[in-house]
Amino acid sequence: MAMLSFEGKYRVRGGTLVGGDLFDFWIGPFWVGFFGITCAFFTFVGTALILYGAGIQGTFNPWLINIPPPDLAYGLRLAPMREGGLWQVITVCAIGAFVSWALRQAEISRKLGMGYHIPIAYSVAVFAYITLVVIRPVLMGAWGHGFPYGIWSHLDWVSNVGYQHLHFHYNPAHMIAVSFFFTTVLALSLHGGLVLSALNPPKGEPVKTAEHENTFFRDLIGYSIGTLGIHRLGLFLALSAGFWSAVCIVISGPFWTRGWPEWWGWWLNLPIWHH
Amino acid sequence: MPEYQNIFTRVQVRGPAYPGVPLPAGDVPREGGTRFVHLFGRLGDAQVGPIYLGQLGILSLIFGFIAFEIIGLNMLASVNWNAWEFLRQLFWLGLEPPKAQYGLRLPPMREGGWWLAAGFFLTLSILLWWARTYRRAIQLGMGTHVAWAFAAAIWLYLVLGFIRPLFMGSWSEAVPFGIFPHLDWTAAFSIRYGNLFYNPFHALSIVFLYGSVLLFAMHGATILALGRYGGEREIELVLDRGTAAERGGLFWRWTMGFNASFESIHRWAWWFAVLCPLTGGIGILLTGTVVDNWYLWAVDRHFAPAYPQLWAPIADPALVQGAPR
Repeated sequence: MAMLSFEGKYRVRGGTLVGGDLFDFWIGPFWVGFFGITCAFFTFVGTALILYGAGIQGTFNPWLINIPPPDLAYGLRLAPMREGGLWQVITVCAIGAFVSWALRQAEISRKLGMGYHIPIAYSVAVFAYITLVVIRPVLMGAWGHGFPYGIWSHLDWVSNVGYQHLHFHYNPAHMIAVSFFFTTVLALSLHGGLVLSALNPPKGEPVKTAEHENTFFRDLIGYSIGTLGIHRLGLFLALSAGFWSAVCIVISGPFWTRGWPEWWGWWLNLPIWHH
Repeated sequence: MPEYQNIFTRVQVRGPAYPGVPLPAGDVPREGGTRFVHLFGRLGDAQVGPIYLGQLGILSLIFGFIAFEIIGLNMLASVNWNAWEFLRQLFWLGLEPPKAQYGLRLPPMREGGWWLAAGFFLTLSILLWWARTYRRAIQLGMGTHVAWAFAAAIWLYLVLGFIRPLFMGSWSEAVPFGIFPHLDWTAAFSIRYGNLFYNPFHALSIVFLYGSVLLFAMHGATILALGRYGGEREIELVLDRGTAAERGGLFWRWTMGFNASFESIHRWAWWFAVLCPLTGGIGILLTGTVVDNWYLWAVDRHFAPAYPQLWAPIADPALVQGAPR
């Protein structure tokens, strides 16, 4: 069934980190593994709790379901289930599922004889999530500083926290993060476009190779980073976007409590300007 | 895990510089010569240059330089031609569009005329650069995918600085030039129109922004992880699937039940990157022209929380007509 024509020769035992051969099997296209089991467990419990929370809230409209963190009054203690306890358990489930997913990626990398780049890259996203719901709330002294789980409600949180700092665009780490986000999209469009343009030339033209790819970019901007380099650059840009996003929120509150425009006062008051 | 993970090139092979595939008849020669930069070689290709300038390139650079100079000199004038203050206040300095009173008419140079001039030359420069991107692809016998992706970004740029101001009937609606000024504009724009987060096209644009970052992280990491099988030889692997393509595909199939091919991942990439400014431009164009307050719009459509009315309603001063105004 769900096997690709060449898949059989790759479906061999080994590469697991935990459990030996016990969970070393496939279900349909999915490889399972020990961390597949833990990931499924956390996903199932977490999703069930979200649905339970939606029931309490009284809506099953996926856009409107909202699981809020506890009131600030609970500090870093456990809250009753209906008053943020759900959010706390769901957060544990989410972290459990994300970490399981990363470790399962590491096992699959080993199985296929690949480098660890994918689980490491994914870990940066998990780190950003943990920064939002664990590191920053702990530094601020209350789980209530985590963001609510809901499609529209988390946007309200982003908006409100932004305006608590008056104007979040002035956050220097936010500026760096946004620059990396935009640059990643630019680089992705250039890379995707370049490969497609070599593979899909105008009618009557033969398919081109990396020689033409390099020539196109050297002709256009005087430099071509090359087929290997573009993937290093893309990975670096994408991970930097995630990393600086985590930095920009963890410094807002724990390390800078005023409006972000004010932060720039140090630059205007540098001693070099007074002479 | 003291294993080579393909993050940097450890041994650089330095052959003779390569000028590129032969140019077709009618093209001028490439310029600038070639040199090698060791640090570039650590990450990617060490060779810098040559470049093909041509008429389109030269004109684009000239007009871009004019726009850059207009903006810079206006900023310098705003600090009374004091270079030291220019440096100190650089992030705060800006070149603002004309005031609302001028509508779409030509304002005096000091009251937005320079902004119009800078925008004109910058737009000219960008459009010429687009034509150059298109023409270079054609001249090398390649597809024009890069040019059309670039066109999506130009669409967002034109919506912000030209099309939406045209629809609103005033250049004052456009974005100022400057670091903090354009950030101020963005924040004020969102607040004025009731929080852009409730604009569904803004939401879509963010989805494609984050999605693009996710895709490049997944794709870049996959290719690097396949380094020992030569995974970066993407075109060869599309045409004649080798073990790198098989392993890369199976990684995602085993992880999430689905995989792209070595060609289709670049179609995903192109579409995600293109849809980010495309949907963003639609969202901006609808703001103020079709929808005046995205929050109230969302309340009407039952996806924003409505808060109880605690105070008497206050009329939006911008909407008041006649004497009170």
